[in-house]
Amino acid sequence: MNITIDINGKNVSAAIEPRVTLLDFVRDVAGLKGTHAGCEHGVCGACTILLDGEAVRSCLILAAQAEGSQITTIEAVDGTARQPGELSVIQDAFCEAHGLQCGYCTPGMVLAAKTLLQHNPTPSREQVREAISGNMCRCTGYVQIIDAIMLAAERLQGRNQPANGA
Amino acid sequence: MKSASFDYVRPDTLDAVCSCLASHPDARIIAGGQSLVPMLAMRLARPSLVVDIAHIDELSAIRDDDDALVIGAMVRQATALSDPLVATHLPLLAKALTHVGHPSTRARGTVGGSLVHADPSAEIPLVAVTLGASLRIRDANEDFEFNAEEFFIGPMLTMIPPTACLFEICFRKPTSANVGTGFHEIAARRSDYALAAAAAHIEADDAGIVQDLRLAIGGISDFPQRLPVDVNIDLSAGKTNLGSNLTTAIDAALDSIDVVEDMHASASYRRRVAAELARRAVDDALSEIAQDLS
Ligand code: FES
Ligand code: FES
Repeated sequence: MNITIDINGKNVSAAIEPRVTLLDFVRDVAGLKGTHAGCEHGVCGACTILLDGEAVRSCLILAAQAEGSQITTIEAVDGTARQPGELSVIQDAFCEAHGLQCGYCTPGMVLAAKTLLQHNPTPSREQVREAISGNMCRCTGYVQIIDAIMLAAERLQGRNQPANGA
Repeated sequence: MKSASFDYVRPDTLDAVCSCLASHPDARIIAGGQSLVPMLAMRLARPSLVVDIAHIDELSAIRDDDDALVIGAMVRQATALSDPLVATHLPLLAKALTHVGHPSTRARGTVGGSLVHADPSAEIPLVAVTLGASLRIRDANEDFEFNAEEFFIGPMLTMIPPTACLFEICFRKPTSANVGTGFHEIAARRSDYALAAAAAHIEADDAGIVQDLRLAIGGISDFPQRLPVDVNIDLSAGKTNLGSNLTTAIDAALDSIDVVEDMHASASYRRRVAAELARRAVDDALSEIAQDLS
């Protein structure tokens, strides 16, 4: 079947089999490899993307189901066109708080964090744990990921501006 | 993990869904897909046709029907969780929904999908049984309904004919103003399948006399079941301890249930935990009422 999906603001069209998941569509048709394939059956969260602004698991959605929706992947995490290598506030907070080691889970974690901070700009640590409860990390032990999201929350509220406003 | 091939259709009426199901005996309906897609990926399900019901508008509505709240089968769990009507009239459902999957699966998973999937440890079927919800189904242009208590007949097994589609779920609103609810579950990991779960919905009159006590357990047997506890409870002097009558009644009700055993938990563990969770659920519900009355 022919389908068209809006991914990061661009329409991507292809003739695919109905069994193709949104995960495979994003990686193999759109060529965006930042969305990671982990378990491919909905338990790890590595494949998390934003569908109409909400974090979802792309391996649990058929590409055909996503027609007419807007998809955002890690490559366009904060909407603005950045230079290669430039990081969004949440990504930068992950680096600073050592919220990643191998990085396999990180795109999913960052997008889960983004959805959380959109709904709740000042989450408690407990709320952060709940928001990433579906995302597995085999490296960090999670504590630093929570630190990173708390740091990102603080920065997104502009609290890391120098005191003199400079 | 890739599914086997299948065809995919996206009908825009319920009757069209029924005719697809009638013409393809092994067709499967996809709602949110949060249970079906993993089953496809693991090839536990190999339908020749997948029928997407997400484009039938009336299935996604929550309707206030005076004495009932009617939830469309396709209403997403996240939508129900943030819906003010659900919060007001179905506090037990709102409480249970926070335990369903994770935020990212609730964004896609649906209320109806969870009911029809009928996982023995799932929260929404447990709530439906507790509240005696009616599940409205269309089969070949004919509508009929099941009470949740008769709908579930085994693990992943329900009374729904293979050619039928659940279209809405009708929850009776509480008749009294003094309502208390409780929901507890134990799982190996956060949001994992519950090893045992308990839900309580209690209504009391203005004098503090409990008129309706609904208690049910999930996760410990093949499908969620009501625990009949017939105990007089008077909250007019505030809430005290549950009392041995209630504790005994819960234990006795659990005794008649066939508890499952698997590699995750023994039957005796599940039974003990279920009894404790049931007590906590009732306790929470009574505390809420006592607080309202005071
Ligand atoms: S790859 Fe989608 S949840 Fe693991
Ligand atoms: S950083 Fe390696 S899995 Fe999370």
